[in-house]
Amino acid sequence: MAYFKMSWLALKWALKKPATSPYPFVPRRLLAGSRGKLSFTKDGCVYCNVCAKKCPTHAIVVNRANKKWAIDRLRCIACGYCVEACPKDSLTLKPEHGAPTITRDREIH
Amino acid sequence: MARTVIPFGPQHPVLPEPVHLDLVVEDERVVEARPSIGFIHRGLEKLAEKKDYVEFTYVAERICGICSFIHSQTYCQAVETLMNVPVPPRALYLRTIWGEMSRIHSHLLWLGLMADGMGFESLFMHSWRIREQLLDIIEATTGGRVIFGSCKVGGVRRDIDDETASGILKELDEIEKDMREIARVFLEDKSVKARLCGIGTLSKQEAYELGCVGPMLRASGVAQDMRTLGYAAFGDIAVEPVTRTEGDSYARSTVRCQELFQSVSIIRQAFAKMPAGEIAVKVTGNPTGETITRTEQPRGEVVYHLKANGTKNLQRFRVRTPTFANLPAMLKVLPGCDLADVPMIVLTIDPCISCTER
Amino acid sequence: MNQPQAFDVIAVDTLLERARALREQGFRLVQISATQLPDQVELTYSFDRDSRLTNLRLNLPNGARLPSISGVFGCAVLYENEVHDLFGVPVDGLAIDFKGNFYKTAVKFPFGSTKAPCAAPAAGAPAPCAVEEVKK
Repeated sequence: MAYFKMSWLALKWALKKPATSPYPFVPRRLLAGSRGKLSFTKDGCVYCNVCAKKCPTHAIVVNRANKKWAIDRLRCIACGYCVEACPKDSLTLKPEHGAPTITRDREIH
Repeated sequence: MARTVIPFGPQHPVLPEPVHLDLVVEDERVVEARPSIGFIHRGLEKLAEKKDYVEFTYVAERICGICSFIHSQTYCQAVETLMNVPVPPRALYLRTIWGEMSRIHSHLLWLGLMADGMGFESLFMHSWRIREQLLDIIEATTGGRVIFGSCKVGGVRRDIDDETASGILKELDEIEKDMREIARVFLEDKSVKARLCGIGTLSKQEAYELGCVGPMLRASGVAQDMRTLGYAAFGDIAVEPVTRTEGDSYARSTVRCQELFQSVSIIRQAFAKMPAGEIAVKVTGNPTGETITRTEQPRGEVVYHLKANGTKNLQRFRVRTPTFANLPAMLKVLPGCDLADVPMIVLTIDPCISCTER
Repeated sequence: MNQPQAFDVIAVDTLLERARALREQGFRLVQISATQLPDQVELTYSFDRDSRLTNLRLNLPNGARLPSISGVFGCAVLYENEVHDLFGVPVDGLAIDFKGNFYKTAVKFPFGSTKAPCAAPAAGAPAPCAVEEVKK
């Protein structure tokens, strides 16, 4: 009996559209709540250093004197703790994951 | 007869993670198995002395890539016990829902690996296809696919609104239908039965005495499930442990397949009973004291032993993971089996080595 | 939800006797956990029956030997090897002795001191204690 079940299952899925998507040609469907790339907007930021203190991996460095905000993308684990802590809503986690990081340099804004 | 030692692992097609077994074989029959682990010992327990107890939730979650959420849940529960934090009931229900989702995805992953290990490639594809649908639900509600990151000391970090909840329940119906289909194919298939029935048998007495946990113990007839302790929302949602009496590899597979549907029913009940309200409370101060907290992971009982001395770092963080407790049983069932059955027996334990070594 | 937890402090020489009594009452060994304190190692043995925990607590001065309970509870072998490999507690009468090769750690007994085992390595340099280990 089980052979028929498996054959039926195989036939059913052979006639259906594939469950996978042709990835590089069709980008992945974005899910609204996904924790993707951390993005920073300069306006409004008061360089209060709260995000850097809350970051569990110490990926963020803030220089108040020079008004610079920097992130080490290779350290960031996209946990969203800085987003919750930011008093001015300058930080957001976008659902898209962004391009891969290929250098060890800090990204400075 | 001459004895030969055959190394099994650390790299082996059926093992996603490194564990090494020295199999002493006589002809094709295993007479002794000697394990050695520690290839990926990361010393996470020692890291508790560097990271403060709030940050450590993330480290606890990263102990394992599959049972990740329940690790962070157990850690938070332990710290909340030390600090007497009243966790809002809605947060407890959300933790239960995510915990059960992670159980389903872990069991589906195991089913796929199991099917792949015995050469049933199409079933492997089907079970991972279903798992992918569930991972999408998880990603949409928590933000991560396997590292949920949604648990924190004092509650949870995200809420599920009613509209999303009804969408999830609808998708869950679909997922359950698909799971029934493949579970039936897997459990009734003649070649699967021929491959699993009667191999790696562990009696009830042996399983209990060797300290087995989880599906391994329940398949041998001991009705032990830490969810009956009533942590999180399990005080309101009754859990009847799924048991079998045969104790062989097939019984262990059956237990896991039935637990898939048990988890679906728990998620439904949790959504139905979930109260409105806050999802987290603010936690201040540092933990003191000592506690042992236990929860049920997909692979069985996990034990957290936390010792704190009033500073922001824990004095001792110790995890006894389910696979660690199941290793002695694995060494017990291997002698006497055929060399070709070793991969199957090792897979029915559902080994999670990065958990084991931490 | 939270069970009351008591840690029953016992002397080292009564450990085997207590373990045997617990086994006769139908307990199973849940875990053995060690904590390094400044001058002693604190060991916690947890046993379970009907989902209720009983904990035994041993205080072992640094360097003192620990009797193995692997003759009573077979599964204690792994925990005791772990305690030996991570904390450097010598264990007597192990049913299976891995002789310190159960965990493959770069540093011997990494948890056996209250200090961190490695200083933070400078950028690009290998961890200093890992190098020392190789030199020996």
